[in-house]
Amino acid sequence: MDLMQSEDQELIAKTAADFVGERSPIARVRALRDAGDPVGFSRELWKEMADLGWVGIPFAEVHGGADLGLAELTLVVEALGRGLAPEPFLSTVLLAGQLLQRSGDEAACAKWLPGVCSGDTILALAYQGATSRYEVFSPAVVATAKGDGFLLTGQAIQVLDGHVADALIVSARTSGEQGEASGLSLFVVPKDASGLEIVRQSRVDDRNAALVQLSDVAVSASDALAGIDGGGQLLQETIDRATIGLCAEMLGGMQHAFELTLEHLKTREQFETVIGTFQALKHRAADLFIEIELSKSAVMAAARAADGDDVELARYASLAKAQCSEAYVRVTNEAVQMFGGVGMTDEYDIGFYMKRARATELTFGDAAYHRDRWAALGGY
Amino acid sequence: MSDPQAFQAETRSWLEENCPKSLLGKGGGGIVGTWGGRKWKPESEDQRLWLERAAAKGFTAPTWPKEYGGGGLSKEEAKILAQEMRAVGTPPPLIGFGLTMIGPTLLQYGTEEQKLEHLTKITRGEIRWCQGYSEPGAGSDLAGLQMRADDKGDHYIVNGTKVWTSYADEADWIFALVRTDPKAKKQEGITFLLIDMETPGISVSPILLISGSSPFCETHFQDVKALKSNVIFKEHAGWTVAKALLGHERSMVAEAFGGGGGSRRSLADRARAYLPGADAEGPLPDATLRQDIARMEMDTRVFGLTMQRARDAAKAGQQPGAESSIFKVVGTEINQRRQELLMHIAGPQALGWEGEGFAEEELQGTRDWLRSRGNTIEGGTSEVQRNIIAKRVLGLPD
Repeated sequence: MDLMQSEDQELIAKTAADFVGERSPIARVRALRDAGDPVGFSRELWKEMADLGWVGIPFAEVHGGADLGLAELTLVVEALGRGLAPEPFLSTVLLAGQLLQRSGDEAACAKWLPGVCSGDTILALAYQGATSRYEVFSPAVVATAKGDGFLLTGQAIQVLDGHVADALIVSARTSGEQGEASGLSLFVVPKDASGLEIVRQSRVDDRNAALVQLSDVAVSASDALAGIDGGGQLLQETIDRATIGLCAEMLGGMQHAFELTLEHLKTREQFETVIGTFQALKHRAADLFIEIELSKSAVMAAARAADGDDVELARYASLAKAQCSEAYVRVTNEAVQMFGGVGMTDEYDIGFYMKRARATELTFGDAAYHRDRWAALGGY
Repeated sequence: MSDPQAFQAETRSWLEENCPKSLLGKGGGGIVGTWGGRKWKPESEDQRLWLERAAAKGFTAPTWPKEYGGGGLSKEEAKILAQEMRAVGTPPPLIGFGLTMIGPTLLQYGTEEQKLEHLTKITRGEIRWCQGYSEPGAGSDLAGLQMRADDKGDHYIVNGTKVWTSYADEADWIFALVRTDPKAKKQEGITFLLIDMETPGISVSPILLISGSSPFCETHFQDVKALKSNVIFKEHAGWTVAKALLGHERSMVAEAFGGGGGSRRSLADRARAYLPGADAEGPLPDATLRQDIARMEMDTRVFGLTMQRARDAAKAGQQPGAESSIFKVVGTEINQRRQELLMHIAGPQALGWEGEGFAEEELQGTRDWLRSRGNTIEGGTSEVQRNIIAKRVLGLPD
């Protein structure tokens, strides 16, 4: 793989960066939070992003997509990550959308993806239980056979954008043991299904999420993407791809947080000089720069590995997530420290990034989890 | 390049025909290899023959122009050559600071005469070079160097002391920074000068290191005559040349550590040999060590990818990006952590210095660990490198 951007990719990156700079400053996120906005993002802006072709990047042209890959998608997500844009990229595109696309279920794709690509449909993935931690194969939803179909019962936590999703993809155990890939089924459940209760959750980083309760929600076998019992591998691969996308968001966030910090170091005066002259801070700033450069390479390589259907997809996803998790947290922790007292105030934006860094670190596995996985994949 | 496949096939068969069989698989690494020079004594006739043949073919300096003894290869061709050398198992025919430091600098700043004079001798392994930068009073503050070169018309008289001159006791020529204008601002009175080590007045004393070896020397100059025709670039403009050479040195250091594991036995396999209760496969019984090994492998990989990103950008004709400024710091710190991890893996068996009860690899590991502590000091300390990043890349004020 070549670790460089094509001219087309550079153009996407620039367009996205300009868009975020002009249309999606952090002030927008703050205003949505302060207003207690029931949607939590801007449907108009989401529609604009769809019109720009970003929402459809990874989807087939026949469904209204651009049939491009993570190499392109990560550029957009990185730019959005700079402004902590709350639009539902992670839930609708990276998780549920990619899951549909890669399931090969043409009927389901034809039903949902055109609406996704046009910016009209929001999808969400419900796969985690309260005690699943980072286990992908341990949902807290059980599917019990009933007639030709199944009844879904259980709970899914922190379902991203679940509160406004038009449909959920619910991971449920149809057979086998928790922790096993086999016996997992992925059911598409429309939001108005009987027995489905969705309650919005409030997270420290203001990312939109919902608690989903299922009580005997009736689904048919044909609602299962990749078939009954056959969803485990698809779910894992999709989460690996979404992890790489999330890493791009983290990369954007850490870069913006670092830029804010550098600006502060160059303007804040103490002891009759700007604090950026102090070597104690310079060296730490250099270290943060190093971590960001390393993160860029990891994300770039992981996106290309995913696009090439590299057999090492899992390893690359873990590589990028371990790197970006530690880098984002370190950059934002240091940022708050270097801002000093004002870094602790809600008025300053840097706190938003520190909260998001922690939230992304604890999504799809932290660095220790991914090192553990790397070791297991390496046979030790 | 006309046809990569043809070049590859051609190169493969040339290597197979010309590299003596006795050398195959003796890849060497680090400082093991053919350094050449007047004082060089080949370990075998085959070693001498391999140098001679490779030099005649231009393969000791593959990308240098042919008129200076190089191979005239493009970067792509050189990459293929390197791949083929690895595949066939040939050792590098020649290593040393002539190829990695002064050579590239001469190509950039030397006159035609200087290039013809020095580069060819480097490629044939006839002259071995050493570096005269640091002084007892000029370490991280390199521009504070005091070795004087007094103007005597067509030559200088040089007086002073250089320190940390690697292998000065085996070198034939030195590239040195000397002060030619004591009144100018410290960066502006420095000249980059080449001096033959056989010139009367030069004496060398090796320095014993904590690792037990003496790769560095202190080199004294007393009334040493050096011709002005051996000034590189311009008088008093040596700092410019010095910085360019440091760039070559730092990228060389980073490259040396970037590979990490390479073909060596994996860290996990080493750990299995030392951990009680470890099976031939499956999870290592020590969960902390397992995490540390994974972290080392992953950090090494991410660093390798970052170097690749810089190379790919360079291939596409882009200027070196900000990423290249981090290589020296990251590469050396990863190597230090790696050496420490190897000590942790081996446990008490990592403590051998010499003699009975320790494997050769364990004894080498001890020395490698100690030697690695110098990685973040030599060639610009990690602190100096961080200052450079803060100032040049991040724009933080002095």
